[in-house]
Amino acid sequence: MALKRCDVEKLAYLARLGMDDTQIDNTTASLSDVLGMIDAMQAVNTDTIEPLANPLEANQRLRPDTVTESNHRDDYQTLAPAVENGLYLVPKVID
Amino acid sequence: MHQLTLANISKALAAKQFSARELTSHLLSRIEQLDPQLNSFITVSKESALQQATAADELRSSGINAPLLGLPIAHKDLFCTEGVRTSCASKTLDNFIAPYTATVVDKLNTAGFISLGKLNMDEFAMGSSGETSFYGPSKNPWDTQRIPGGSSSGSAVAVAARLIPVSTGSDSGGSIRQPAAFTGLTGIKPTYGRISRWGMTAYASSLDQAGFLAHNAEDCAMLLQATAGFDERDSTSSQQPVDDYAATLTQPLKGLRIGLPKEYFSSDLDSRIGDVVNNSIEQLKQLGATFVEISLPSLPHAVPAYYVIASAEASTNLARFDGVRFGHRCADPKNLEDLYLRSRDEAFGKEVKRRIMIGTYALSTGYYDAYYLKAQKIRRLIKNDFVSAFKDVDLILGPTTPNLPWLLGSKTNDPVAAYLEDIYTVPANLAGIPGLSMPAGMIDGLPVGVQLLAPYFQEARLLQVAHQFQQHTDWHARTPAGF
Repeated sequence: MALKRCDVEKLAYLARLGMDDTQIDNTTASLSDVLGMIDAMQAVNTDTIEPLANPLEANQRLRPDTVTESNHRDDYQTLAPAVENGLYLVPKVID
Repeated sequence: MHQLTLANISKALAAKQFSARELTSHLLSRIEQLDPQLNSFITVSKESALQQATAADELRSSGINAPLLGLPIAHKDLFCTEGVRTSCASKTLDNFIAPYTATVVDKLNTAGFISLGKLNMDEFAMGSSGETSFYGPSKNPWDTQRIPGGSSSGSAVAVAARLIPVSTGSDSGGSIRQPAAFTGLTGIKPTYGRISRWGMTAYASSLDQAGFLAHNAEDCAMLLQATAGFDERDSTSSQQPVDDYAATLTQPLKGLRIGLPKEYFSSDLDSRIGDVVNNSIEQLKQLGATFVEISLPSLPHAVPAYYVIASAEASTNLARFDGVRFGHRCADPKNLEDLYLRSRDEAFGKEVKRRIMIGTYALSTGYYDAYYLKAQKIRRLIKNDFVSAFKDVDLILGPTTPNLPWLLGSKTNDPVAAYLEDIYTVPANLAGIPGLSMPAGMIDGLPVGVQLLAPYFQEARLLQVAHQFQQHTDWHARTPAGF
């Protein structure tokens, strides 16, 4: 399936990738090629087939709802680009 | 020392032929001398490796003779290692010092392994050539003009060049087996859930599996034994009991039925690789195995289904890299949206962005049923093919790759051509079964791999067949010139 430039711009926004015009142009071509390859699977009749999400068909294992981990906030915040008083800083969201 | 397998290093250390510190120093100097032309390491942990080696020698002097004590290894740079950079070969994690250690690394550390560092890879494990790394491509030591395969590119190169005896890797669509084939190594991808994925950075969560690259099956068995088993911190970890892999290595192959899927021997396969596979079949026949042709009719649809499912999961997993809690943040963001858009654009390479876009498309309104759900239905057909085949055969054998390792840069602008190279490896990930690639020949000075696939949790059978093959061949013992 051939994608249009506007489709790719919308996808880039959905994925929060701020691509420039050159990237959008290149991606439009290469994504169309990949989707062309992927579209071959549409020829397979899967009307009676159940989708498979986990290869072992395992169910999500549950555990008692109790605290098992200690607080590592300070360790993790050493990796953050900007923190203050234990909070992650981002540009102002609400005026 | 650097020519020894893991099993032989273990014996030599026990016999005090050399110390762990002597071995570690020797390997570190080889890395320093030889790796600049190969680019297999992202981080070399020189000081901590020497400290660990000294500690291992002290333990041995005090009478502790654990078989894995003092053995060298290095880890693919997507396994978290506390206090050591874990970059996933991405700009976004260039400064990321992991705050905890992955279960697989932790188990190996506890067993006595010494980590010499972190290995190059395709960015976030997305690639089959090693070329998508932020740190530049690794080179194949058999021909440095060629790719070593990927995504566990550095894991393969460092072992093939005998900088380290073994390495960890991960395999979501062939990322252990294909580079093992391209560099003359034995690489095992265990059953989905066999080894904990906790602390292994996620690419495609329903496909990802940790495994190993080594010179032979015996070394793979040692590593699997040390790491397999249930981990409550990985919700997909299996509670299936772990076999004794060493115990069955030496069993003869008489009576073993091996299936040859006709779809693995189609016109897509380089006929010279087909000849190598046929020679390995003859060798295994002499060892008592019998062969029967089988069919895996859904194989042609495996690559499209894989690239939908893997990309969909990747686009979801990589949403966490938003420039807020960790990873790269753009300079002077105007607002929160600008922060997301520019941080992610600047942080990811071309291939990672492409897969995020494919995944976003496959999961978006109006396309979910036609792409994501369709791919999951094809995934069941592929699983059903294997389940049906294994009613008649104990094992499946075929080529690991349709072609020899290609020249660096030759497929960079043709993603579809690169994706189609994964045709023989992605089915095992979609089905979740274990697979192994072993060296079985050479063409024009380049190694060729043969792939074995087994029913769920039958890793012992893969290792047994590879070990028996390696008792009667020397492809696994060859070393590239200059290393």
